[in-house]
Amino acid sequence: MGANTQDKALVVIQLSGGNDYLNTVVPYTNDLYYDLRPTVHIAADEVLRLNDTHGFRPGMEAMKQLWDEGQVAVINGIGYPKPDRSHFRSMDIWHTAEPEKIGTEGWLGRVIRELDPSGENVLTGVHFGRGLPRALGCRGVPVASVGDLDTYGLYPDMQDEWARKAALGTFAKMYGGAAGGDVVREYLGQTGSDALKGADILRTAPGKYTSTVEYPDTGLAKNLKSIAQVMCADLGTRIYYTSLGGWDTHSGELLTHAKLWHEVSSGVGALMADLKAHGREDEAVILIFSEFGRRVRDNGSGCDHGSGGGAFVVGSAVQGGMYGEYPSLRLEDQLEGDLHFNNDFRCTYTTLLEQWMGLEAASIVNGQFEQFACF
Amino acid sequence: MSTHDLTLMAHLLRRAGFGATPDELEIYAARGYETTVEALLNPGEAQAMPDDIIRRYHVDQSELRQLDGAGAYWLYRMVTTQCPLQEKMALFWHGLFATGYAKLNQARALLNQIDMFRRSGLGRFDSLLLELSKDPAMLLWLDNQDNHKGAINENYGRELLELFSMGIGHYSEDDVKEAARAFTGWTLKNAEYMAVRASKDSIWPYGRINWHFEFREDDHDDSDKTFLGETGPFNGEQIIDIIARQEATARFISQRLFQFFAADEIDVDGEPVVEAMMQSYFDSGYAIRAMLRTLFNADYFKSAQTRYARVKGPVELLVGGIRLAGSYRRPTLGANQLAFQAFYMGQGLLAPPTVEGWHEGMEWIDSGALVERINFVAKELGDVSKPGIRDLIFRLDAANDGPLTPEQLVDQCLALVGQLEVDADTRDALIEFAAQDGDLDLRGHQPGDAAETRVGNVLRMIASTREYQLA
Repeated sequence: MGANTQDKALVVIQLSGGNDYLNTVVPYTNDLYYDLRPTVHIAADEVLRLNDTHGFRPGMEAMKQLWDEGQVAVINGIGYPKPDRSHFRSMDIWHTAEPEKIGTEGWLGRVIRELDPSGENVLTGVHFGRGLPRALGCRGVPVASVGDLDTYGLYPDMQDEWARKAALGTFAKMYGGAAGGDVVREYLGQTGSDALKGADILRTAPGKYTSTVEYPDTGLAKNLKSIAQVMCADLGTRIYYTSLGGWDTHSGELLTHAKLWHEVSSGVGALMADLKAHGREDEAVILIFSEFGRRVRDNGSGCDHGSGGGAFVVGSAVQGGMYGEYPSLRLEDQLEGDLHFNNDFRCTYTTLLEQWMGLEAASIVNGQFEQFACF
Repeated sequence: MSTHDLTLMAHLLRRAGFGATPDELEIYAARGYETTVEALLNPGEAQAMPDDIIRRYHVDQSELRQLDGAGAYWLYRMVTTQCPLQEKMALFWHGLFATGYAKLNQARALLNQIDMFRRSGLGRFDSLLLELSKDPAMLLWLDNQDNHKGAINENYGRELLELFSMGIGHYSEDDVKEAARAFTGWTLKNAEYMAVRASKDSIWPYGRINWHFEFREDDHDDSDKTFLGETGPFNGEQIIDIIARQEATARFISQRLFQFFAADEIDVDGEPVVEAMMQSYFDSGYAIRAMLRTLFNADYFKSAQTRYARVKGPVELLVGGIRLAGSYRRPTLGANQLAFQAFYMGQGLLAPPTVEGWHEGMEWIDSGALVERINFVAKELGDVSKPGIRDLIFRLDAANDGPLTPEQLVDQCLALVGQLEVDADTRDALIEFAAQDGDLDLRGHQPGDAAETRVGNVLRMIASTREYQLA
């Protein structure tokens, strides 16, 4: 496996709230960093050194391990023109790949439509979480949204398995029936049937899966484990999506940020180890992103909303290393007190789509963008 | 009273409210259709859960700065109000004049706006637009604090015409600019203070104080404007007067009301109703109440044609399920989850995706949202410990002397959830489901016993039907 693009999956981990990039990939030899961050900084001797100038923050040990193995591409200075410091708007921009006007289609929704134009596999895209992120939203594109893989589907509250089965059988009849040409009822029937079909297949995944890898006991790790389970069940899923919130560190950042990155890093480490144990490490690449970085100067306890930040692409197919330019901290180079972005996030999207998924990216990300040579 | 009366009343209450319990339906039906329409259109005391009670149990709903608590706070109102059309109108205007937390970071200002919709949402449209134009949340949402004499910001002027009143195609780009000029100086009081707060405290860019409208004469452009063919030194009030006089405005508002209250699509039979609503708009001096009176009393609205012709919005579905099940009648731990639940279904209150509001009708439905919708209402209606569901069981028991056949069980449950009419195949599937355990004997039933659970399971399946997703 691996040579054929059919097997290649993209796992997206969204860090909601605005990850403080300066305290993630720390410029530990830069005096300006310590001048501008008198309180909310990572001491040079605590940094997990990636090279002579930059290092991961403590908590990212597992990602440092993957870096050492050459599996982590760090995309420095990622962003988009005219940064918007609203969480929601900025996230929308990342989701729709549309920074100028209000986009209606999610970029990954388009990817799914591209991969499976007739919607034959209702599990081409699977989201682990509640409610569909806009990135996956695209009219007529079925996407499963899984809160909990073990109980996923309709009626998770029904304890009696036999009763639940009967209820599901009745649901299938009610939604499978013709609707006498009524467009709305036909559509409801189709959507309900798709959801049921997806749930039926997905529920088989945990049963087929065994692993020696221990995942940490966190919400994110649970979702990442579910991703491994679905991947190992060979259901044809190509896009996986999950999120972790809490990154809006206006206050008490040091403690929170350490905990959050430990959750991400240890989860990603476990997922990669699990895929390796199953001989599937060549099948997935992980994208980790956040809607924006944070203000260069700290506020004494945390940091406020910023613009330019960073992203990570992780996988055994990835050529590890630094990509993009680490933004300058000099006052005159800042953008209204923020790190100045130097590469459009759609460059990274394009890279992933063209080089990893084997798709033509332009129509998905709304334009032609330069690519990184990270595969 | 006849089944026909009850069925019609159930239809009215699904549209002008959030559905109705059997008790409510009987009370409304005894009063008669037109009397009920008038009562709905003239809300008295809402008797919703009082603020002091809510706050005693929900600390986060006291200050109401954050989004989730604010969403739950409004949901309490919708769940407990005795004037459902008032809340339904607030929801309608919230969808049309969609203002979002994303940019404001201050839920209180949004709730003040919702309260304005509650207060003025059935009154004159021109008055409502005027209040909207002075609403602090709206001013900031569409940047009118940056709309200055000599340096206009068109955002509010444009959306006022495009999204809030006339619709695209009925005005020129020059009209947009002229409208924007007329609204220069319409801003927030204390802007300088807020700017200082913003520079120090970026989470709440506009500060933690209450927001107020201010008209700054020195920043207002009082020179002549030519707007929709009329010329004069117009201020915002005159712009709204001119907008309100337009036929395009009458049509736009009539259509939006029609789609929210009657049917997602306006078909050839619906068009004359829209025309009649436009006529009521002009005859009544732009009164929304008069337009709705025309709509609700139209034969078209009362006909079978409009039944289930709308996809329920997530909030309608959620609140309807809760009201029928009788949950959250008192302050309830976990009420904040309701706000999340609405978001999972695709309609986060006070957080519309854009100024265009939500895409409604069929666009409410995708596979993820449908699973969330069904799971929520199926759980509410299937839970025989909920007071509203217990009422339904007692009614079933009281209405039958002996065991119920599966057909009787299904048909009576369909009637109890609001005279729900399902297609023949669906009814057959429900009867087959109910028939698994033969006839149902409710005599001597005890809370949560097997007989009650069977009723709960039938209600759960009814909540899962396609028809229950529609209004």
